Amino acid sequence: MRNPLSDTIVQIEPSGIRKFFDIVSEMKDAISLGVGEPDFDTPWHVREEGIYSLEKGRTFYTSNAGLKNLREEIASYLSRRCNLTYNPDREILVTVGGSEAIDIALRAMLDPGDEVLIPQPCFVSYVPCTILAGGVPVAIELEEKDQFRLTKEKLLEKITDKTKILIMPFPNNPTGAVMRQEDLEPIAQIIEEKDLFVLSDEIYCELTYGQARHVSIASLPGMRDRTVLINGFSKAYAMTGWRLGYAAAPHVILEQMLKIHQFAIMCAPTTSQYAAISAMKNGDGDVEMMRESYDQRRRFVLHAFEEMGLECFEPNGAFYTFPSIKRLNMSSDEFANRLLREEKVAVVPGTAFGACGEGYLRVSYAYSLKNLKEALGRMARFVKKVDEENGNL
Amino acid sequence: MREKILAFIEKNSRIDIKDLAVILGESETAVANEIADMEKEHIICGYHTLINWDNTSDEKVVALIEVKVTPQRGMGFDKIAERIYQYNEVNAVYLMSGAYDFTVFIEGKTMREVALFVSEKLSTLESVLSTATHFVLKKYKDHGTILVQEVQDERMLITP
Repeated sequence: MRNPLSDTIVQIEPSGIRKFFDIVSEMKDAISLGVGEPDFDTPWHVREEGIYSLEKGRTFYTSNAGLKNLREEIASYLSRRCNLTYNPDREILVTVGGSEAIDIALRAMLDPGDEVLIPQPCFVSYVPCTILAGGVPVAIELEEKDQFRLTKEKLLEKITDKTKILIMPFPNNPTGAVMRQEDLEPIAQIIEEKDLFVLSDEIYCELTYGQARHVSIASLPGMRDRTVLINGFSKAYAMTGWRLGYAAAPHVILEQMLKIHQFAIMCAPTTSQYAAISAMKNGDGDVEMMRESYDQRRRFVLHAFEEMGLECFEPNGAFYTFPSIKRLNMSSDEFANRLLREEKVAVVPGTAFGACGEGYLRVSYAYSLKNLKEALGRMARFVKKVDEENGNL
Repeated sequence: MREKILAFIEKNSRIDIKDLAVILGESETAVANEIADMEKEHIICGYHTLINWDNTSDEKVVALIEVKVTPQRGMGFDKIAERIYQYNEVNAVYLMSGAYDFTVFIEGKTMREVALFVSEKLSTLESVLSTATHFVLKKYKDHGTILVQEVQDERMLITP
């Protein structure tokens, strides 16, 4: 029999998270700080809208781009929240989660050999999706000394004649880093000078802490026409399982994305789309309540790291912390594996998000306070033990 | 800071002050002082426990009584409310707008005990015109907490 598989897909490494998941799943009584989704239930008014749409028998396809009502709500949200104007009929596409939007945006924009700049550590799907789209992923390794922000210098270093797209994954999973207006300005300037495009994954845009709210790079002068803005309902409205996201982009790009979406997906789930209308219309209060609660837990976790002597830069977005374990003389993988076996606490090694995640862990705080307290208590005990082994105490 | 403290401890009064201070990003002393002040000012009136008695072997009967009264000259409703809320059997008294004047929550061991209280103590008060007793059969949600469903974290242990 001939080899049934494509070389391209076989060569893509399985997600590092997946490997770790398999180990964790064997341990029945582990406490996890490893999830990348909210601990809240979807707000009831949103769920009810979904139920209501099912009761009404709204179980058919929607138009490829998504329900017109929903696209209009998204356009109005982007206008009030990011000061961006998109035509709901031509420039907004409702997708199966932000993940689909990432995939089809890359496929719509890349020709073989085009380079895609990917700031790391970052979400796991940009690299494989780039490869599947025929592009060449080029990592930009962000550093803690820059608060894991993308700097002009780091960007310039990796730009070549073949560079076409810069991915902007902020607020960032796994580091929690955010890019402020003043951090975006020099980046936008280079984008324009070098004639690049931006795929801005803003799925965590509602979850920022401190004074400054999230600024979309698309809202900077000249950037709207170069940006595919990706967002969704999963993180802000606790709707991960509904699989609903969207892309907003200039018509020339969106039109081609729509073509891929049309043939590969048809349309995003109808029930989810009806529910999402209610999230957009009436969800601001829910988002605010959840953000406040994450912020409280964020302070709690950062304080716990301080007490156990782990350095951690202050994350101002998403619901992750990214503490450094460099002083313990062990790899992220070893730390995560030992913590799991010895204290039954699951955290994700930083290397799951790119090689430069070595020396870090991703610790999610999308958990109840009670759970956090127990898990962090165990983690402190483990760090103390390692310190003793290393003769640090 | 008061609002933030109250919003948190309303749902979780057992949190230690140390953790509460960390969570709110305030100093421990400031939080402790603020709480002490609010206790003095009767903003914080107690730290009760939310119990689902249905899950215990103890029998408890709760009734909601609608009470219509004639307000007394010069005293309004407050004087009558006082005659009602002084009884130990009475758990809560609210002055209402609408079709009747007071909602009174009464707790007893048996329905008979509650019924006797209403007929002998409450109805016989001078200003009370009428009462209507409704027994609570099941509590689904109380103080913002759903009592009838177990909360379980059904998420996968590790996700990207």
